[in-house]
Amino acid sequence: MKDNDVSLSRRSLLKNATAAAFMISAGAIINPLEAWGLEVNTLKPETMQTLIQMARDIYPHDRLADRFYAIALKEYDTKSASDAGLKSLVEDGVAKLDQLAKDKHGTRYVDLGWEAQRVAILREIEKDPFFQKVRGGLVVSLYNQKEVWPVFGYQGEAAIHGGYLHRGFDDIDWL
Amino acid sequence: MATQFDLNDESVVVIVGSGAGGGTLGTELALKGIKTVILEAGARHEIEDFVNDEWDSFAQLAWTDMRTTSGSWRVARDFANLPAWIVKAVGGSTTHWAGASLRFQEHEFRTRSVYGDLKGANLLDWPITLKELEPYYEKAEFRMGVTRTNGIDGLPGNNNYKVFEKGAKAIGYQEVSTGRMAINSAERDGRPGCQQTGFCFQGCKFGAKWSTLYAEIPKGEATGNLEVRPNAHVLRIEHDASGKVTGVVYADKDGNQHRQKARIVAVAGNSIESPRLLLNSESSKYPDGLANSSGQVGRNYMRHMTGSVYAVFDRPVRMWRGTTMAGIVRDEAGHRPDRGFVGGYELETLSLGLPFMAAFLDPGAWGREFTTALDSYDSMAGLWIVGEDMPQETNRITLSSEKDRFGMPVANVHFDDHPNDIAMRNHAYRQGSAMYDAVGATRTFPTTPYPSTHNLGTNRMSENPRDGVVNKWGQSHDIPNLFVSDGSQFTTGGAENPTLTIVALAIRQAEYIAKQMGQNTI
Repeated sequence: MKDNDVSLSRRSLLKNATAAAFMISAGAIINPLEAWGLEVNTLKPETMQTLIQMARDIYPHDRLADRFYAIALKEYDTKSASDAGLKSLVEDGVAKLDQLAKDKHGTRYVDLGWEAQRVAILREIEKDPFFQKVRGGLVVSLYNQKEVWPVFGYQGEAAIHGGYLHRGFDDIDWL
Repeated sequence: MATQFDLNDESVVVIVGSGAGGGTLGTELALKGIKTVILEAGARHEIEDFVNDEWDSFAQLAWTDMRTTSGSWRVARDFANLPAWIVKAVGGSTTHWAGASLRFQEHEFRTRSVYGDLKGANLLDWPITLKELEPYYEKAEFRMGVTRTNGIDGLPGNNNYKVFEKGAKAIGYQEVSTGRMAINSAERDGRPGCQQTGFCFQGCKFGAKWSTLYAEIPKGEATGNLEVRPNAHVLRIEHDASGKVTGVVYADKDGNQHRQKARIVAVAGNSIESPRLLLNSESSKYPDGLANSSGQVGRNYMRHMTGSVYAVFDRPVRMWRGTTMAGIVRDEAGHRPDRGFVGGYELETLSLGLPFMAAFLDPGAWGREFTTALDSYDSMAGLWIVGEDMPQETNRITLSSEKDRFGMPVANVHFDDHPNDIAMRNHAYRQGSAMYDAVGATRTFPTTPYPSTHNLGTNRMSENPRDGVVNKWGQSHDIPNLFVSDGSQFTTGGAENPTLTIVALAIRQAEYIAKQMGQNTI
């Protein structure tokens, strides 16, 4: 994400900070710890924040920073600009998620402290088109980021390096 | 300038498809001096166009035109519009294939006689024997440069193979090797040896793996007798009042339709598109589709009994490095009904990159049970199971109510496992897991079959015209100048990866066609 995706004053960041790692402002969400921000133009910024948490709960990888999930989800905001059906699918889906969280725990989905609490709510909606859409998109948009691959050890493109013939195709040493 | 034949040239042989069957047949015919036009639905991507990136390559090569699915197989749920992972490009699925090149076993040509009358299975003996096909297997192995034949060395074992081999030997398997692969272990036929790149499925960037795209078709084109016309999607085959086929109608990349006349038409569009084309070619004379007096066109769809086993270890494996499938256990390939099923299976090394592992390890799964498996991706080993599945009349390709952009009905692929398929898969899951457990696996994953890569049987060979679509030469029982040249002519599937047998049959068919043309019988 480029730095100029977002420009906000420190004061507005602090004023809008929530209890979670994210700060919400009109038109953006900010992650001060990871030093990135994401412009959110079509969806509500809170909706994107919830989507990011939901994505992490669907495919939790503790060694993956939030920004990879944010990148994977960014298209929901851009595509919603020209796709009213997608926009309402996402906004309504997140609203339902929050409603279920409030009914059970009296708080928004993102404010539930334990992953198990959030996952229990996701299990209730996993057959919904909203959940299916988010999960089905994420399995490509998360794992197909080249920046994610080194975290898993995957080395990606190999032909440009001459393959692995001289780079350890048979270097296993513990058998 | 490559040869171009006129649309009205009635003397040409027209082949639909340029993969293992069509690409080989077209090249063989051209080498014999016969004018041939291959119409390929996909584009022509050469080696330099291939990309070492799973999803980008999938977008470049895979057949993603609309198809529908039905039946109880899990693919119909997880990948409702992607029943098969095959290729739409010059070279067909030989750009994507792994290279395993095993001959069928003797008994696999006569399964009805050997396996008996199995409830629900539409078993039939092939009209040919292993002995009849052996000379053509020899020719196929030589031209494809299959390792461990013709004095060609085997490939070296990669990390994934070393785990596989140690596990296999630990549980008592003896026939364990890096297999017979149509991948050069050293420079041969103007193509280099394998560089252990690990992207066999994405099109070999070095051309070490045999593909009709660069190992056959250019040789045919060099004779001046072969034209390969890419982006030519055949919509229907036409015939005259006597019933003989006269040519095909195809759409070019802009959707404009053309009529290519032909002396002979050979269909080699894979076991989904080939029966679809025959069914879509129905006419008042052939109301059930071409070559379908038996009613068997589209039936007996086989996809091999498949599955995978992945295992996680406490130390790194890095299975993605090196040849994807150079590792085969053959101990379970024979017919030993005491195991609780007829027929047999092979175990073959397999690896997916991280993006495809996420998509195919357990489609639809989410949460930590799933993601902790991926967290151990670098410590995974993997194998693929490929065994003989039972032909069933109800497993079939039919015309869907959905239409493609040319207004032609798309294929619906219906599949249910036969109880024999399930018993064999469960046996293979246990054996594959035992192999990895024997090397210290901390966790194993019996992984569901992927969208089909081996599509077989939907225009099968039969001695009696009542039982199948084509005779022992792949010539349709009903129409003498209409041939089938791909895996859809398989009477049964065998336990072996099908490409070598498709190529052997294509070489044999080319001989037959040339002879018949010489005698003016077709």
